Amino acid sequence: MARKKIREYDSKRLLKEHLKRLAGIELQICSAQVTEATDFTELTDKESWLSSSKLVVKPDMLFGKRGKSGLVALNLDLAAVAQFVKGRLGVEVEMGGCKAPITTFIVEPFVPHEQEYYLSIVSDRLGCTLSFSECGGIEIEENWDKVKTVFLPTEKSMTYEVCAPLIATLPLEVRGKIGNFIKGVFDVFQDLDFSFLEMNPFTLVNGEPYPLDMRGELDDTAAFKNFKKWGSLEFPLPFGRVLSPTESFIHSLDEKTSASLKFTVLNSKGRIWTMVAGGGASVIYADTVGDLGYASELGNYAEYSGAPKEDEVLQYARVVLDCATADPDGRKRALLIGGGIANFTDVAATFNGIIRALREKESKLKAARMHIYVRRGGPNYQTGLAKMRALGDELGVPLEVYGPEATMTGICKSAIDCIMSAA
Amino acid sequence: MATGQIFSRNTQALFYNYKQLPIQRMLDFDFLCGRETPSVAGIINPGSEGFQKLFFGQEEIAIPVHSSIEAACSAHPTADVFINFASFRSAAASSMAALKQPTIRVVAIIAEGVPESDTKLLIAYARTNNKVVLGPATVGGIQAGAFKIGDTAGTIDNIIHCKLYRPGSVGFVSKSGGMSNELYNTIARVTDGIYEGIAIGGDVFPGSTLSDHVIRFNNIPQVKMIVVLGELGGRDEYSLVEALKEVKIHKPVVAWVSGTCARLFKSEVQFGHAGAKSGGELESAQAKNQALLEAGAVVPTSYEAFETAIKETFEKLVEEGKITPVSEVEPPEIPEDLSFAIKSGKVRAPTHIISTISDDRGDEPCYAGVPMSTIIERGFSVGDVISLLWFKRSLPRYCTQFIEICIMLCADHGPCVSGAHNTIVTARAGKDLVSSLVSGLLTIGPRFGGAIDDAARYFKDAHDRGLTPYEFVEGMKKQGIRVPGIGHRIKSRDNRDKRVQLLQQYAHNHFPSVKYMDYAVQVENYTLSKANNLVLNVDGAIGSLFLDLLSGSGMFTKQEIDEIVEIGYLNGLFVLARSIGLIGHTFDQKRLKQPLYRHPWEDVLYTK
Repeated sequence: MARKKIREYDSKRLLKEHLKRLAGIELQICSAQVTEATDFTELTDKESWLSSSKLVVKPDMLFGKRGKSGLVALNLDLAAVAQFVKGRLGVEVEMGGCKAPITTFIVEPFVPHEQEYYLSIVSDRLGCTLSFSECGGIEIEENWDKVKTVFLPTEKSMTYEVCAPLIATLPLEVRGKIGNFIKGVFDVFQDLDFSFLEMNPFTLVNGEPYPLDMRGELDDTAAFKNFKKWGSLEFPLPFGRVLSPTESFIHSLDEKTSASLKFTVLNSKGRIWTMVAGGGASVIYADTVGDLGYASELGNYAEYSGAPKEDEVLQYARVVLDCATADPDGRKRALLIGGGIANFTDVAATFNGIIRALREKESKLKAARMHIYVRRGGPNYQTGLAKMRALGDELGVPLEVYGPEATMTGICKSAIDCIMSAA
Repeated sequence: MATGQIFSRNTQALFYNYKQLPIQRMLDFDFLCGRETPSVAGIINPGSEGFQKLFFGQEEIAIPVHSSIEAACSAHPTADVFINFASFRSAAASSMAALKQPTIRVVAIIAEGVPESDTKLLIAYARTNNKVVLGPATVGGIQAGAFKIGDTAGTIDNIIHCKLYRPGSVGFVSKSGGMSNELYNTIARVTDGIYEGIAIGGDVFPGSTLSDHVIRFNNIPQVKMIVVLGELGGRDEYSLVEALKEVKIHKPVVAWVSGTCARLFKSEVQFGHAGAKSGGELESAQAKNQALLEAGAVVPTSYEAFETAIKETFEKLVEEGKITPVSEVEPPEIPEDLSFAIKSGKVRAPTHIISTISDDRGDEPCYAGVPMSTIIERGFSVGDVISLLWFKRSLPRYCTQFIEICIMLCADHGPCVSGAHNTIVTARAGKDLVSSLVSGLLTIGPRFGGAIDDAARYFKDAHDRGLTPYEFVEGMKKQGIRVPGIGHRIKSRDNRDKRVQLLQQYAHNHFPSVKYMDYAVQVENYTLSKANNLVLNVDGAIGSLFLDLLSGSGMFTKQEIDEIVEIGYLNGLFVLARSIGLIGHTFDQKRLKQPLYRHPWEDVLYTK
């Protein structure tokens, strides 16, 4: 659906495989992935270099600054690597305000080196930006003024001349090698639909380019073109995004359907819950609750769109309602069943699934003192809203219904007033 | 990107990948606006040509369908908008092909999920060639009272409600297509309405940007104020900030960037739109709103206050005398679609076809009410399926097995009989399977294979009237009718047809009663006394035994049995059975690569 970060292990795997295919450059890098499921004996059978070289081990979890955080161990033998991993697997770390356990490591040969080069390629709207520096490594940010940059417009093709300004100050004996390498990496970047790629650093081993650290981001909408080239590839969730069982249920529902079903719990004790149609509108409902000063009461972010089937909406709504009605504390709660004015989605049809779920959860809704606010427009909305109104009467749950005559987010204010009012 | 107007009341589009509803909605909008020409000039549907019938008001019009973009463009040189409803897999290639046509100026891409690298090629091409790309992942856009793309602005009711059938003074641009419709409504509520509205789509790299359209709106004299709905992620809003700072925009801009809630998420978050991703601080909604505010845009404190901000800005323009009052027009009424009127219970219409044997509307097809899963799980046979589809009931196993025996016995009878011969000749003439098959089937009739029904009819009539075989046979003779089901070219009293014997044996073992067959045998005994080859043949055996099946099973009323015989069900058995053989003969000839058959002269008597 968009740009997705991939693990360092996969970035290097793709680079090695396709640099050879596209540029005839054979990288001497080796990497192995270690998770909870890894059997070290089996892994060593497959990757014999593990037992014959000194190793580096680090978490492969889409976050950087691992060296600065003391999460990288150098110059270990395999037993020490196993020991290092064992001590840290599943242990929570905090990175940039996100706390999550470490589940995946990358193990590679330890390569003593002096020179550290920096290379990054970023896909921009009108072309790609290539940045290179001979002063790479963990101090890159401090040395940002030494980074050289070229912009290659989309309509121009990559040539050695394009790279020339990047490498102009390199000693003659390495310039050609590194120029070709940059050109090759760019070809891989284009051919595999990368949207971002960074090596910080890469070095030269026996005069040949050797990436030590690498980050990559692919455009996963291009998956249909790249199935074969990408091979078995994982798109891990951003670091710190640990799905609760309910969230992962919706996540799996979302992956199975052509529609879009999103659900994130922000605060399980929140008293304002949302279930909103449309990618744009769902963000605005969450915004509005926050902008009105009640971010702390917002239970979740939820979006459904792309014409989900009635049964999918039912399963989805059940989960939202279960979370919204969990652990009643005697205080009032509000549920926003919101949406803009649809262009072509049949409102009555999508409401059928929600209505079925509300009916099923009648007693839970009452126990949680839930007040329901509905706002929606679009094809067949009159029928959909009438059904909702009838449901409120049928269940005896407080339920207010609004159409396009009302503002879209007016029900946010009503919900806030409701939960803040006494009794 | 081009500046100023991109649509007018005369704009015509080519529509790629036929979709009935969005095209009809465009044409309904045209009618509402009082356009004289439909806004869709032609449809491109790869691989098909002809016309599509659609409504333009009360009238039906035929819109030409072309199989290629090039053909459509040369047939409709004045159509300069290309509306691309291709899937995300093929949208980029077809959009590029359209951009390369000299007649096309604007390409709108509806599909969501077009790879970024493909969109970038479209952007580069459009920039160099001064063309406009809307989308991908957009619903499109609308110029009020003039032209609308696809599903933009939803239903006719909504278009009327939002007064989109006539131009107002507000230029609007957003990322989200869903929210654009919401804002058309909001803007209609607090201003004189939309002049033009564009949804650029939620991708990271939209074909044209928010600021592209804002700058364009600035150049359109009828647009008096501009409303922008941005979104977190990306930096597009900053080019708008730059344009405002450089005073390139002389009209009031009311802007809101959604996504302030991103800070409530602990980790990086990807919202519904591909471009709506929390990134650095600069890409946050808060930072963009702040920058827009500082650059001089009217920025509310929340989305909830957006409407008031738009209202106040508009009222100020009115006070300053900058708004020319809009002349209100009464849009014509659009006739309601029959399907919709039926659904809402307003009208009823007679059906033109009735079917009682099968129904494919549910989760699985049903034969005579029996779902396919039951048929498979219970191990139904072909005979059971025939009994469901022909007789609309489940017959006992002995009956369905009898049906299968009939089919097996009649499946083929060698290459020399007229049906097989015709099939062989046709197959050898290089014709396809269906032609070869029907050429054989067409020989089935009174002289070949079609005697089962007649045999059943005459035996039943004679038996039920209590005629003796003598009275029956002689009565037929008087009328000059040969007794159907009796007589064989080769078989005789001493060389009985093995197939007849097998049928009789099966019936004796399984049927509760064989009174019709007994009668047929009595008739045979009488006819054999007249000539040695007047044996009961396979048609006569099946015909009489089927009468026993129908009456003996107790599952058919007398009236039903008469109807079955009358309609000619039993010849159906032969047609079905022999199709098996005829298909076999076709394959046989093709496999053997037999050349065209020509009958030898020597075998023809040429005479006068």
